[in-house]
Amino acid sequence: MNFETTIGLEVHVELKTKSKMYSPSPVAYGAESNINTNVIDFGFPGTLPTVNKNGYRLGVMVALALNAEIEHHTHFDRKNYFYPDNPKAYQITQQDKPLGHDGYIEIEVDGEKKKIGVEELHVEEDAGKNTHGNNGYSYVDLNRQGTPLIEIVSKPDMHSPEEAYQYLENLRKIVQFTGASDVKMEEGSMRVDTNISIRPVGSDTYGTKVELKNLNSFNHVKLGLAYEEKRQAAILKQDGKIGQETRRFDEKTGETFLMRVKSGADDYRYFPEPDLPDFDISPDWIAEIKAGLPETAAKRRERYINELGIPEYDAGVLTDTKEMSDFFDEAVSYKANPKLVSNWLMGEVNAYLNEKRIGLLDTKLTPEHLAKMINLISDGTISSKIAKKVFKETITNGTEPEEWVKSKGLVQESDPAVLKPMILEILDNNQQSIDDFKNGKDRAVGFLVGQIMKQTHGQANPKVVNKILMAELKSR
Amino acid sequence: MDIKKETIASLHDKLVNKEVTAEELATDGLKQIKANEKKLNTFITVNDKAPEAAKAIDEKGIEGPLSGIPIAYKDNIVTEGIKTTAASKILYNFMPVYSATVLEKLQAAGAIDIGKTNLDEFAMGSSTETSYYGTSVNPWDFSRVPGGSSGGSAAAVAAGEVVAALGTDTGGSIRQPAAFNGIFGIKPTYGRVSRWGVIAFASSLDQVGVMSKRVEDSATVLSVIAGHDEHDSTSSEKEVPDYRANLSKDMSGVKIAVPKEFWHEGTHPDVLDNVNKALDAYKKMGATVEEVSLPSLKHAVEVYYILASSEASSNLQRYDGVRYGFRAKDVKNIKELFVNSRSEGFGDEVKRRIMLGTFALSAGAYDAYFKKAAEVRTIFIKEMTNVLKDYDLIMGPSTTTPAFKIGEKVDDPLAMYMNDILTIPANLAGLPAASVPAGLADGLPIGLQIIGRPFDEQAVFNAAYALQEENKFYEKIPTALKGED
Repeated sequence: MNFETTIGLEVHVELKTKSKMYSPSPVAYGAESNINTNVIDFGFPGTLPTVNKNGYRLGVMVALALNAEIEHHTHFDRKNYFYPDNPKAYQITQQDKPLGHDGYIEIEVDGEKKKIGVEELHVEEDAGKNTHGNNGYSYVDLNRQGTPLIEIVSKPDMHSPEEAYQYLENLRKIVQFTGASDVKMEEGSMRVDTNISIRPVGSDTYGTKVELKNLNSFNHVKLGLAYEEKRQAAILKQDGKIGQETRRFDEKTGETFLMRVKSGADDYRYFPEPDLPDFDISPDWIAEIKAGLPETAAKRRERYINELGIPEYDAGVLTDTKEMSDFFDEAVSYKANPKLVSNWLMGEVNAYLNEKRIGLLDTKLTPEHLAKMINLISDGTISSKIAKKVFKETITNGTEPEEWVKSKGLVQESDPAVLKPMILEILDNNQQSIDDFKNGKDRAVGFLVGQIMKQTHGQANPKVVNKILMAELKSR
Repeated sequence: MDIKKETIASLHDKLVNKEVTAEELATDGLKQIKANEKKLNTFITVNDKAPEAAKAIDEKGIEGPLSGIPIAYKDNIVTEGIKTTAASKILYNFMPVYSATVLEKLQAAGAIDIGKTNLDEFAMGSSTETSYYGTSVNPWDFSRVPGGSSGGSAAAVAAGEVVAALGTDTGGSIRQPAAFNGIFGIKPTYGRVSRWGVIAFASSLDQVGVMSKRVEDSATVLSVIAGHDEHDSTSSEKEVPDYRANLSKDMSGVKIAVPKEFWHEGTHPDVLDNVNKALDAYKKMGATVEEVSLPSLKHAVEVYYILASSEASSNLQRYDGVRYGFRAKDVKNIKELFVNSRSEGFGDEVKRRIMLGTFALSAGAYDAYFKKAAEVRTIFIKEMTNVLKDYDLIMGPSTTTPAFKIGEKVDDPLAMYMNDILTIPANLAGLPAASVPAGLADGLPIGLQIIGRPFDEQAVFNAAYALQEENKFYEKIPTALKGED
């Protein structure tokens, strides 16, 4: 029996706002427990929510970037459930009329392009965090409570773990380039819930849906789904029944384990949030947000290839993250040669980041310094060899390259008026080498250049030296 | 000093003329409340720091009309540093860390917070009998209820403990006790007064209002507490008039609609008699009175109890024993903490409404109950709006009966709910509505209800003022209190 896989994804993305979705508390990480809270976040009696307009704007940005239709007249709803990290015992979300609907994300698997539908997108608030101590107590931290989220619900349009992987990769990239979110799985600003079912090929009803949790990277999503495909197929082949359940992925074994059996759907008793009036999203506002959407990764890639002459593969790497692409664009804006900037970012810079296991924005390197350093190479002020020293200094200590090169006396000597007398003197003292050259021994040239470099402490411009030397040798 | 015969204006004059200090007013007020407390049980908490706050006002100098005037707050209005219980065991120890906007506005105007009045638990009830802190009694007859849920505020005003008190009204909780206690009480238009700091019962219906013996005193207070509040997205940005300065008893040409459905079959003849007399008085003043029909009124009680209970079931979920308030002891896990804290912390009526609302919102019942009720509400709003296109005011009785006996309806929830039939319409439609004393029947006060157009509180005040000046009901001293001084 052959099976067909159906996958749907629910992705929560944190929107990058200064304050929470329904309260003026700051959104910030790493603060002491319950510091970024106020009476609203604690759900104190008598408190009321207010809407963070910028949070909603970022939500509309994401929806537009995912080609979705925006709901013009909408409201918020309450989703009711009890949990210690949910102080009002309801989450303010959008159930009835979500912010956006009917979008899509384009993916390419095995050279085939395909559109994966986005069913709907809605804004809502994050919950707090429960931790469990060794002393028998549990602790609630409400710093995260109320952080704006957008939930992006796909249609069940994916049929393989690879398609799910590509969907997530493209979703991440699209959202990241809008600037509405950092979209980092490892920091929790992007979270993925997956639903997977399989059915015999040709069947017209879906199989039983299994929910997969604890997926901390796109790779885990792929591995977890692949495991589930096999597990479910094995059960069906033995005429078994798939349980309607939630399973967790174990990254050590690559297997999935039963978390809980779902006994019917949860009843969240959704109803319109009476504390927040219905509201209109004007076509003008949507148009304004649309016009202000930043350049997408795909558009940037095209521009790099067509306008800056960057090779296709390199352009792809540069546009993999917004950080890298923004860095590149800024460096180029300082008149540095785009190809050289690209080479440096993909070469020395990446090597440095990999070695230190840090991100681009964690170093002291600025686009301006990188551009200046590259310009020093381009105009012959420093040699490539010296450039490596400059790079190390700049990325480690944030030193300004031009002044550092001057103060350390690392400027390359390119003036023939300075170099020629030195070369003549060396030739005068090395008749043997001249003879060797005349007899066709090319090694002699290397020796002579070495002598000049030694005398100039490596600062002689090799190109200029070569030119003078060859002309002189030929004339003797 | 005895404030039974005083008004905000007369007290203000005495403060300005130094016949009395704000500190004396507060101290005497507290004394009088404490002396009455055993009989009336109108307060849950008195503010012993009131004289201190009043002294500061004396030192600063008396300024506006409310400067140095003691005012009572229903105990579902949060007051920083003063225990706020909503008359529930579940908040028996709750000390708010912030204050309601209405309190901040009144404090800014120099008013003194004298204490927190009794109510039905979470404002759910019509008699104060569901209060965890015992029932308040009616100053006109100690064997009767003061009404509810703002029964403590109403009885305190009627007994002359304060000149004015704040209440809240979700389905009649200001107007019904005002009627039962022979005082004036107004529920403003939904959105006129900020709900920030008002412990929610049913968010789409709740509104803060004022209760006083005299119409003009409520007018003074409402002008101070009304207005937009950035904390409450449902509060209106409409400008707030000076209701007191604009008061007029000229009723000539005013068009009054009387819905025939308000002449409910169960309505007591004494009520009808007094209301008819009041309507005749308006005719004599030059108003026209015509009968109209509100056909959907027959569904109002069902619609109200479904919607209000649904919202309440969600609003009251936050009382879970985790962050504040009552927490059950000896629990084994988080589920037990939730279940036991709520089972032990809430009273029967609150539990009944939580269950009702939870059911009405549940997946299988939502369409037939919550959604249907919301649709009928929309129809009902249209009916009311249509009537108010042709008429300035809608009038009728505030209640179907005078104050009932303590214990009479407490075991019959349906009879208790039906008691709200005449006051619910204004909440469902969000309209301003007041109850003004129309007369006495067998020693018990009867209230006339006046409903106005959205944000036309002025017309409601004016009509009430005209009747007040006609019958001078405020001169009457509650029967049971006579000779009590």
